[in-house]
Amino acid sequence: MLKGEGLWFRYGSQLPWVVRDRTISIAPGEVVGLVAPSGYGKTTLGKLLAGYLIPTRGRVMLNENPLPSQGYCPVQLVFQNPELAVNPRWRIDQILREGHPPQLHHLDALGIHPGWMTRYPHELSGGELQRVAIARVLNRSTRYLIADEMTAMLDANTQALIWQVILDFAHEYHVGVIAISHNKPLLKRICRGLQGTSAGNQILELSDQTQRQESVLG
Amino acid sequence: MLTIANLSITFTQYDQGLRRKRLTVITDLDLTVQVGEVVAVVGASGSGKSLLAHALLGILPENAQLTGKMEFQGKPLTPARCEALRGKAIALIPQSVGYLDPLMTVGRQVQRVGQLNGLSPVAARTLQDRTFTRYDLPTYTPQRYPFQLSGGMARRVLVSTAVVTPAQLVIADEPTPGLHPDVVTETLNHLRELAHEGRGVILITHDIESALQVADRVVVFYAGTTVEIAAAQDFATGNLRHPYTQALWRSLPQNDFVPVSGNQPSPENLPSGCLFSDRCPWVTSECEQARPEPKLVRQGWVRCIHAEG
Repeated sequence: MLKGEGLWFRYGSQLPWVVRDRTISIAPGEVVGLVAPSGYGKTTLGKLLAGYLIPTRGRVMLNENPLPSQGYCPVQLVFQNPELAVNPRWRIDQILREGHPPQLHHLDALGIHPGWMTRYPHELSGGELQRVAIARVLNRSTRYLIADEMTAMLDANTQALIWQVILDFAHEYHVGVIAISHNKPLLKRICRGLQGTSAGNQILELSDQTQRQESVLG
Repeated sequence: MLTIANLSITFTQYDQGLRRKRLTVITDLDLTVQVGEVVAVVGASGSGKSLLAHALLGILPENAQLTGKMEFQGKPLTPARCEALRGKAIALIPQSVGYLDPLMTVGRQVQRVGQLNGLSPVAARTLQDRTFTRYDLPTYTPQRYPFQLSGGMARRVLVSTAVVTPAQLVIADEPTPGLHPDVVTETLNHLRELAHEGRGVILITHDIESALQVADRVVVFYAGTTVEIAAAQDFATGNLRHPYTQALWRSLPQNDFVPVSGNQPSPENLPSGCLFSDRCPWVTSECEQARPEPKLVRQGWVRCIHAEG
């Protein structure tokens, strides 16, 4: 269980709160969609949950323990811009081997061509590079995945391909997925249902029910 | 107003040592834009959508070679003419925040665009204020630097930079990803209004769903070529002609959410025949012999020998 309890965050002591008193929890194997207008702190909340930012108040607990401060984090983030998430001076195979090397069948499923391995990130298109960024987190040490507008830059076909792989992976290894997106049809499709809990400055959370997830995976 | 026919773009690159290779990234591209029309250009990343915008603005790198026909308002678009029209008669709504000056407040930047188009500083300031109000940007926005804006706010600022020009042709390169649906509709409606004012709008996007909200016609790109030009209503009515367009439509989350397997061919080894032949469910040996010529099927242009009326 990944829990963010009473999370508050601001970038400086004089600056406005970006995240105010959010509590969120996700169980293994669950898919949760997160949707809110821009500027509501969705991305910051994602970074807090992954341990990339330290909350000003509140805490993030992974199975009743704080997140590890060293080594591979079991909560992984995938961002919208793959260009900014990889080292531009590394070749693709080095990028993939930075953490735990991905399994071959995941590379195949994502359509990652063996010929890409010796290339540099600028030699791949955005959609191709995003697959590499995703392949990097598809390993057993990833327990939770936060997909922050992961497919917003990609065409419908690549989007469908990537989400099929992610959902299969989440199902197989019982990984919790938080999908941050503005695309409601997409979230409806990948989450198991739609439970709106919005009012004022609230993050509208799309939560789970069992049936629709089955139809996506089955 | 704008006519592009059989456009090809080839890059010459150094491969190893002094050996050079030629990469054809755009082949046989066709596109027309009429006055008062919104034309959506959709396709996967790497299909040449952004390169088209760069070609129209004359900002392709030096190692690019253009062949084919590009005409704007009846006269050919030469590099010199591109440069004269850029930012004035042809304006770009850029793809990312990286296009803004990081060391200048966004209010000053948008005001400057107005001034470069001949407005007085006061008039440009007023126009900038009015545009920001229209986009629901908070009153403190003009004093902010690009890095202080959230993703959605930055997009609205980018749209404002083109809106304050008197451009006859507006090219919007991915203006909407990562935006809240209400803002997307608002932004697209503003593009629609620009068309009503008599400008031509090219909306480059991969978001078919939102493109269909405002576009009159949809041009589908695949691997640097135009595979289909369809009316916007053809999508909802299922009147699609090319197998790639049909697959793209099916892969939307609200439809089947099923991807086509395989990848777009890389410019280094394009197939000699139809560019979609290696992924196409309709493929026959005929497809691999020659590039299909565009033909008119059910009031739409399509490059597929198997499309029938």
